[in-house]
This record gives sequence, C-alpha cells and structure tokens, in this order.
Amino acid sequence: MASTTQLPAAPEAPALPQAAARPNSRRAGRRRPNLPGGLGGWLWLAVIVLPIYYVVITSLKNQAGFFATNPMLPPAEPTLDNYKLVLENDFARYFLNSVVVTLGTVIPALFVSFMAAYAIVRGKGRFVNWTNNLFLLGLAIPLHATIIPIYWMITRAHLYDTLLALILPSIAFAIPVSVLILSNFMRDVPNELFESMRLDGCSDWAMLWRLALPMTKPAVITVGIYNALHVWNGFLFPLILTQSPGTRVLPLSLWTFQGEFSVNIPAVLASVVLATLPLLVLYIVARRQLISGLTAGFSK
Amino acid sequence: MTITSSNRRRVRDTGPSGWLAAPALVFFLVFAVVPLAGVVFLSFTSWDGLREIRLEGLASWTTVLTDPVTGNALLVTAKIMFFSFIVQAPISLLLGVFTAGSQKYRAALAVLYFLPLLLSSAAVAIAFKALLDPNFGLGPGLQVPILIQDWLGNSDLVLFVVVFVIAWQFVPFHTLIYQGGVRQIPASLYEAAEIDGAGRVRQFLNITLPQLKYTIITSSTLMVVGSLAYFDLIFVLTGGGPGYSTRLLPLHMYLTGFKANDMGAASALGVILIAIGLGLALLLQRLGGKNRNDSQLEGA
Repeated sequence: MASTTQLPAAPEAPALPQAAARPNSRRAGRRRPNLPGGLGGWLWLAVIVLPIYYVVITSLKNQAGFFATNPMLPPAEPTLDNYKLVLENDFARYFLNSVVVTLGTVIPALFVSFMAAYAIVRGKGRFVNWTNNLFLLGLAIPLHATIIPIYWMITRAHLYDTLLALILPSIAFAIPVSVLILSNFMRDVPNELFESMRLDGCSDWAMLWRLALPMTKPAVITVGIYNALHVWNGFLFPLILTQSPGTRVLPLSLWTFQGEFSVNIPAVLASVVLATLPLLVLYIVARRQLISGLTAGFSK
Repeated sequence: MTITSSNRRRVRDTGPSGWLAAPALVFFLVFAVVPLAGVVFLSFTSWDGLREIRLEGLASWTTVLTDPVTGNALLVTAKIMFFSFIVQAPISLLLGVFTAGSQKYRAALAVLYFLPLLLSSAAVAIAFKALLDPNFGLGPGLQVPILIQDWLGNSDLVLFVVVFVIAWQFVPFHTLIYQGGVRQIPASLYEAAEIDGAGRVRQFLNITLPQLKYTIITSSTLMVVGSLAYFDLIFVLTGGGPGYSTRLLPLHMYLTGFKANDMGAASALGVILIAIGLGLALLLQRLGGKNRNDSQLEGA
C-alpha cells in the first residue's frame, strides 16, 4: 500500500471541482508562501501515513521477522504468507457476506427513500409533513441505543444469525439521512419541469423515474455511497445479530481473526489490509464520487 | 402507465400521493420507532436475553442509577466528547482551509489525508493496537523513549490515546466538510481584504471564520452527537479498559446487556443515551440559531 498510496496523487489536479477554481485564484496571487501552514500540512501527513506504513510493512513480515527486526523498518524478505493464511481462512465468504448485506441494504433503502423524498418535496398535507418531521427526529436520536429491542425483535422473528437480520434494521437506519439529502437536492429541480410533465398527462410514478431521478442522479449516487460505506464498515449489528462464521461480515471477521491469531500480529494486520483493499481500489478509480459520498452532501 | 382523465385531475389537485412515503415510513416505524418504544418498555422489565421478559417496575432503573459504574460511564463519555471535540475541531478547520488551497502539493497531500476514511473502525482499532504495543510498535521502532509506553494499559493515558485514535479516524471526514465550506467563500472578499492590506491571519479571522459559520455548526453537531456512537472503535481497541477507564455509555450499555445479560438495565442505559442525544441535538440547534437542515441548504 505504501506505493499505491502515491498513485492517486497524479490525477488530482484536473480532478479538482471547477467550483474550486475561482475562489482559489486568490491564493495563487499571494506573495509569501505560507510556511506554518505547509509545515503543519506535512506534519499531519506523517500522523496519517506512519500508522498505515506500519500496518503494510508488518503484514509482509514473517513471525520471526516481526519479533527480530525494528518495527518501523520494512522486512528484509517480504512474504505474502500472511495474506495466504487470511485468504485460506474463509476471507472470500466474509467478503461475499459483506457484499450481500451492503447491496441488500443500499438498494432498497435508496428506493424507498427516493419515493419518500419525492412525496415530501412535491406533496402537501399533514401526513407528509408528519413523516418528514419523524425522519428529522430520527437524525437527532442515537438509534444504536435501540439495539436491545432490535435484538429481541430479530430473535422473535427467527432471523437471528441470518444476513436478513443485518439488512432490515440497516435499511431503517439509513432512511432519515437519505431522505434528508435526497429531498434537499430534489427541491432544486425547477417546478416548471414537473408542471409541464403533468400537463402532458404524466403520473407521479412516471415523473418520479423519468424526471426526478435523472435530475438528482448525482445525489442518489452520493447517498448510495454514503450508506454503502456505513453498512460495509458496520460492526455493531453484526456483533449482536450474528454468531456463526457463515453469516460473518468483514469488520467482524477482523475482530475474530484478532482473537484467533492473537500471537500472529502480521497475519492480523494482513487481514486489515485485505479488508481495506476493495475501498482502496474504489478510491483510486472513482475518488471524486467516493469523497462526495463520504460527506453525503454535508459540505454541499 | 395509461393515463385516465380522472387520474390526471386527482394528481393536479393534490400533488403526489403521500403513499409514496409509506414504504420508507413503514421500515422506519418497525425498525426504529418500535424499538425506541421498546427500549423504554424493556427498561421496566427484567430479561436475561433468553427467557421470558418479566415486568419489574423500577428495579432496573434503581440498579442503573445507584451503580457507580453508570456515573463513571457518563463521565468518560463527557470527557471523550469534550476532548475529541477540542482536538478535532481546530485541526479539521485548519486542514480544511489548507486543502482548499490551489497549490499542487496540497491537493496531493489531501489525497493521502483521506485514506483513514477507507478503514472500518474495527480495522483502525486493530491497527493501533499493534502500533501502540510497547515492544513491537511505533515507540521501539522510532527508538524515542517517551513513545515507549504501555499506552493501552495505563489508565491515566488511555483516554487520551482513545481521543487521538478517534481524531485520526474522523478528522479527515470533518476536513472534507470544511474544505467544501471554504471553497464556497467568494474570492472577491479576499481580494478586497488584500487591497485593504489585511494579512493572512486577519483574513482568516475576519473572513474565513465568519463565512464558515454554518459549516462550523454542521461539523460540530456531527462531532458532538457522533461521539455518542463511538462504540466499535473503543470496543475493539480497549474493550472499555483498563478497569472502567474507557467504558463510555454505549459500551457500558452493550456490556451490561450482552455480556452481563441484564437487558433491563441495559435498556435503561439506552434510554439515558437517547435522552442525552436528543438533548444535545436540541441544544446545538438552539446555539446555532438555525437548524441543521437549514445550514445544509445554505450552500445549495
């Protein structure tokens, strides 16, 4: 990873959003370079990169090397044995479980949130207002405080230790923030477009998919990525709602690896690297979308 | 998608049907609102997670409120909230301003700054557990005596270690929010200040800070309310220890419910957690003068 982290640096300049170009011209015209700023920037880089560097080089050491060499020096003879060990311990299954849970959550969550956002933005009446206020309240409440009743419901529904047990509450928890962001974007769609489609005799269902969706596509992608990251990295639901290796997802598998291989630190860190690789690949190929998804329009 | 004239009239008169919001509402009611009511109900019961739930009146509340561990968990939560805000807010603000600059090296650094966002909390915790090891971690690696400490085993230090790791993981997210905020500031403001001869520090204090008001509110709200959800990171990193020194409220709730099998007391803790979260969200809204919804729309 030490070398791959350098890769994304090159395409950054053209990838800068156009919006940034104008306000930034002021900085280009400055006379003195900002020394304290630059110094702080490099210092923070060290803070960020040192732990990542340590994880990567350690994951390439064999156990003897781990105990014998300086922890911050790269291994004399790098080995991929740790990665092999992790892959042989059902890593693919945990990966697949994570994919199923993430897609199984994000697609339905986007679907129902999008319809709700449309109803909230375009609709009138008490029911819609009340629904919107309920979702806004959902943003303020730490929903994870409800894990005990959720555990009770899931065991009662005989869903304990299934992937569906992770998907159902995750969809519900994704709804408030999804509806909020989608409705913020949908308000920007000019009313006249809806009016003219309505005059052409289009139903709401048609307007929803043929006008609102294309017009808010970037927001939908953003919200989708935001939710996907949260579910992909989620730990609490898997911890309380699943048990067996068959339903284990990646973040939980890191924790169990750590328990099983507690003496084999290089292997544990190899599992960390492997679990992060899919997102790193995404970061390299689609950094801008990923970044906008990370902040979910909070900085819009 | 056949359009009848009656359908058309109905649509024109009332806007879209509120029923489009129904699927999202049902999910949210079943897996968020019902559990919210459930956690209040369960706090008046006694349940070990397996057998019958028995109504017990105020027994769980008496247990929770007289248990010194609860008070300690509240104190730890408040400390982590306070220190992680004090550490994260200024760093994120400065890094946001820094990365919004147009210099090429800043763009390249930003690509690396955001790497921690790719790691799950479990991964971050496992990486730092290895990194902070007094024998095979960063300290002995760099051969700096002061860095060779039993970071996670020393109850005086561990809280600050946790705050540091939280900052490592979450500063990038808030940096992104501030970067977006800074890029919205009109360049003309800085040009005018430049003509008036205002220096860099004055420009920062008189233009950047006031212009970022809503960004600061958004980011601070997310930081403070979000600190009630630091569960997985601390669970994997310290498990709440040594002793009770990092056992914050969400972790205390989990351990009470799923390790001590006292779901009644854990539910009471859940109610406390919800009350604090709601209280903080309302307070911050009041302080900010506007609600978070508006502040997000600000840049739209």
